[in-house]
Amino acid sequence: MHRLLHATSGPAANTFLQAATSVNGVAAVCDPLGGLFLPESRTLVVSDLHLEKGSAFARRGMMLPPYDTLATLRILEAVVARHDPATVVSLGDNFHDRKGSAAMPEIFRQMIAAMARGRDWIWINGNHDPDGAVGLPGASMDELRHAGLVFRHEPSLVDGLGEIAGHLHPSATVRRRERCVRRACFATDGRRLLMPAFGVTTGGLDLRHRAMSGLFERERLVAHMLGRDRIYSVRFANLLG
Amino acid sequence: MNRIDSPSPESDALTLPAPFLRWFAEKGWRPRAHQLELLSRAEAGESTLLIAPTGAGKTLAGFLPSLVDVTRRDRMPPSSPFVGIHTLYISPLKALAVDIERNLMKPVGEMGLPVRIENRTGDTPQGKRLRQKLNPPDLLLTTPEQLALLLSDGEATRFFKDLRYVVLDELHSLVTSKRGHLLSLGLARLRRLAPRLQTIGLSATVAEPMELQRWLAAQAPDRQNHAGLITVSGGAKPEISILNTENHVPWAGHSARYAIPDIYAAIKQHGTTLLFVNTRSQAEMLFQELWTINDDSLPIALHHGSLDVAQRRKVEAAMAENRLRAVVATSTLDLGIDWGDVDLVVHVGAPKGASRLAQRIGRANHRMDEPSRAILVPANRFEVMECQAALDANYIGAQDTPPVGKGALDVLAQHVLGMACARPFDALELYEEITSASPYADLSWETFERVVDLVATGGYALRTYERYARIRKTKDGLWRVSNPFVAQQYRLNVGTIVESPMLNVRMVKRNQRGSLGRGGISLGKVEESFLEMLSPGDTFVFSGKVVRFEGIRENECLVSQAFSFDPKVPSYAGGKFPLSTYLAGQVREMLADPARRAGLPDQVRDWLALQRDVSMLPGENELLVETFPRGSRHYMVIYAFEGRLAHQTLGMLLTRRLDRAGLKPLGFVATDYSLGIWALDDMGAAFEARAPSLGQLFDKDMLGDDLEAWLNESFLLKRTFRNCAVIAGLIDQRHPGKEKTGRQVTVSADLIYDVLRMHEPDHILLEATRNDAATGLLDIGRLGSMLKRIKGHITHRRLDRISPLAVPVMLEIGKETVHGEAHDFLLTEAAADELINEAMGGAHGADG
Repeated sequence: MHRLLHATSGPAANTFLQAATSVNGVAAVCDPLGGLFLPESRTLVVSDLHLEKGSAFARRGMMLPPYDTLATLRILEAVVARHDPATVVSLGDNFHDRKGSAAMPEIFRQMIAAMARGRDWIWINGNHDPDGAVGLPGASMDELRHAGLVFRHEPSLVDGLGEIAGHLHPSATVRRRERCVRRACFATDGRRLLMPAFGVTTGGLDLRHRAMSGLFERERLVAHMLGRDRIYSVRFANLLG
Repeated sequence: MNRIDSPSPESDALTLPAPFLRWFAEKGWRPRAHQLELLSRAEAGESTLLIAPTGAGKTLAGFLPSLVDVTRRDRMPPSSPFVGIHTLYISPLKALAVDIERNLMKPVGEMGLPVRIENRTGDTPQGKRLRQKLNPPDLLLTTPEQLALLLSDGEATRFFKDLRYVVLDELHSLVTSKRGHLLSLGLARLRRLAPRLQTIGLSATVAEPMELQRWLAAQAPDRQNHAGLITVSGGAKPEISILNTENHVPWAGHSARYAIPDIYAAIKQHGTTLLFVNTRSQAEMLFQELWTINDDSLPIALHHGSLDVAQRRKVEAAMAENRLRAVVATSTLDLGIDWGDVDLVVHVGAPKGASRLAQRIGRANHRMDEPSRAILVPANRFEVMECQAALDANYIGAQDTPPVGKGALDVLAQHVLGMACARPFDALELYEEITSASPYADLSWETFERVVDLVATGGYALRTYERYARIRKTKDGLWRVSNPFVAQQYRLNVGTIVESPMLNVRMVKRNQRGSLGRGGISLGKVEESFLEMLSPGDTFVFSGKVVRFEGIRENECLVSQAFSFDPKVPSYAGGKFPLSTYLAGQVREMLADPARRAGLPDQVRDWLALQRDVSMLPGENELLVETFPRGSRHYMVIYAFEGRLAHQTLGMLLTRRLDRAGLKPLGFVATDYSLGIWALDDMGAAFEARAPSLGQLFDKDMLGDDLEAWLNESFLLKRTFRNCAVIAGLIDQRHPGKEKTGRQVTVSADLIYDVLRMHEPDHILLEATRNDAATGLLDIGRLGSMLKRIKGHITHRRLDRISPLAVPVMLEIGKETVHGEAHDFLLTEAAADELINEAMGGAHGADG
């Protein structure tokens, strides 16, 4: 939740530290709010927004707070304002389930419309929302090739070269003084990059989990962990499993 | 109040029906006076609380009115209409319900009574449950959770319409928890279904019997009602001693390793010994140490709540058959189950509460006329004082049972949903029913409405979930469940015991190629949070073995045989009781009064004498604060004697204040007796310069804004919130169709907490969470009364070096970690290491 505090706390929101990296030779910047910015093409990438997760659960009888969509969109507004991108790519699982994008209240649609004004907006389809976004600005597609990179929801290329993907919600753990700190992270070995989940009620999966195996060259793998107001970059070998 | 300690007068026995009189005569026994007294009061229509020591024939007393009534009742012809159950017996433990059935069947069989007795627990097969509903037994023995399930059933009205008695066993332990709150609500519903119903409460001695008496009776808006009381005094005075040892009693720690040879010798001298400890990790350690010196290979077993059920049942069976010489146990064995012929109870570590000690010692012998034998083994010098205090208390009968407390709102939410599942309800009628339960007697209508709203749509100010409502008010003004799925969901999640996420621990072997094999035996369960602290290769003690952590596969923790002798002992979250207010007061008195110290062993008296010379011994209502430098840091030790939880809260609040005063506090550590804080700046000098003064530092306004600010960030609150959210039904522990538990829960309670706190800080579940934390984890009430007590009585001693009394808490530093909120500084360090490493030219050097 510190992301939301930071995103909405006014002037101080501009004092932050991002981390520079590159994927297949394309320069990229990891923002502590959870977005990836590609300066050359002025593209902002976010992943796994899981909008309308609360209402998806409510529909099944678990009355989770109905505030998650608003909180996620507020952070998205902040990161869009910060980078003023020409293109925004949302990498799938944009909604928590198929019904989410059609059922989303009007006020949130307006927030998204305002953000998308004057930009290209791409909704990549995810496994939670394979049917695309309904009644929202921008285009829905399964995959996008853009700015020398491939954007898709689930990582799938065998060699992974130049792939930006989400789906797995990577997180990393660091142990210091007998305490463990676990944070969502960008994970990249310079060939492929996995995005952290952007939604406020999304959990994480450890980089050492077997679902991640084979995706990266571990010797080159770096976790760019989301801290309060900066990115902490830690090599894979120095993470805790 | 009736105080009864003599056998019964002959004439009273005439009230019993013939089969009973014959049975007593055949046995050569006479009914005890309190048994007859309870019977005659029950027959006069009174509800009653029976307080009696173990071995006083409490169980028979409790059931006598039912047995007599059923016996006198005319036999039902097979064609007669449906007859519901006559008596409901509720016990806190499944095992106890089963045990009582066995114990009751014997006399009932011998008397040839026409009484059907059955139990119903989570283990009862589906077929039997169904039959019980169609053809109920006369006496049904069950648990609070099963009662809630029965009451949420559409057939509840029919099933309970003939109910005459509810017998509540071990009432003292039931009422103080959320389970007790749920049970009180269930009882209120039973009263509505069977207005003639009478209650019989069975309890060990408690501090405030009237609280229990009220609990047993229906409360009315304009007056307080209560059940009658019968107190049985007597019981042989237990023979309790503090371990007499030649060995050096350590200044700190909880292991009591010094006493192992003495404990082993005591086991050898007795038939069967029960060894009680306070935490599961202590149990593991003690068990391990005893086997290290068990040259005679005595059968010594281990029993605690995390062990595999099959293993626990094995130990219980062996115990009942007297095949064991000793069992090391935590509170799982606290309650009234008969465990064969235990002739010695050893309590390792301080008992933390005088009542708890009395209960545990009651385990030995289980016969009222023979004295129980017990040995207390303090693990450190403060505990020697605490044991002495508890021992004095046991002799003078002082009790420090916790109060019943106000009914929790999350429990109420669960109950409201259950009632909607049973039959459509009228809100006002249900409100009246609920406020007849004593824990909820003060519930306001407005709060009740908010709880109903919470059940229906989550109770959010942003009303977007109306169309998904779980219960709805229909045109006839009644609330009913929206669809059958809701009831299914309720039944899967009933109860108030929320397990922290646990992983199964499985012992595996490495094959020749070094990879881990499959299969292997299951050892039990361990908290996920504990495993998060481990790296592969770390060792810890579990289920009496030293094991090596190999990793997590699917949802299991894999371990292998370890060959390490210096394991990392599991630091389980559960099982830590704070020092009771009563015992804390006794220890303070002991420090203040030389006469009270006379009974203490020499080494402890010497330690205190040294403290008096070097610093001072505080007076009874005085707060001693010592400051001293050590290494490059400055320390402050506060001797508050208010228990670990209250000290932890105090530590959090004081460090905030010290930080604001610019004294650069670095951390703190809390024990049951004192609190240690360390800082970069000289706190002693600052207090002397009154910048700030100690009076200002300890001003009770810290319980205002500081507390609020800290609470909002606290991990303790998140843990509490998770429990409340699960109990209230906001998060399912289990979801129909996918029976997920613990770590598999698809939503993170922490994330929900954050979102809710940010957008709706006044939400009723956050209110419930704060109430819980204030009484439980944070002990704010106790801290508040301490701050009031010590106002104007703070004594500061500025020392050159550490004092004898400060040593115990100082030794805890490093073992206990500060539960800080901002973990980012750790990340900064990790990232800095990366940079340093890079600068040094090492590619993969830094260790993780």
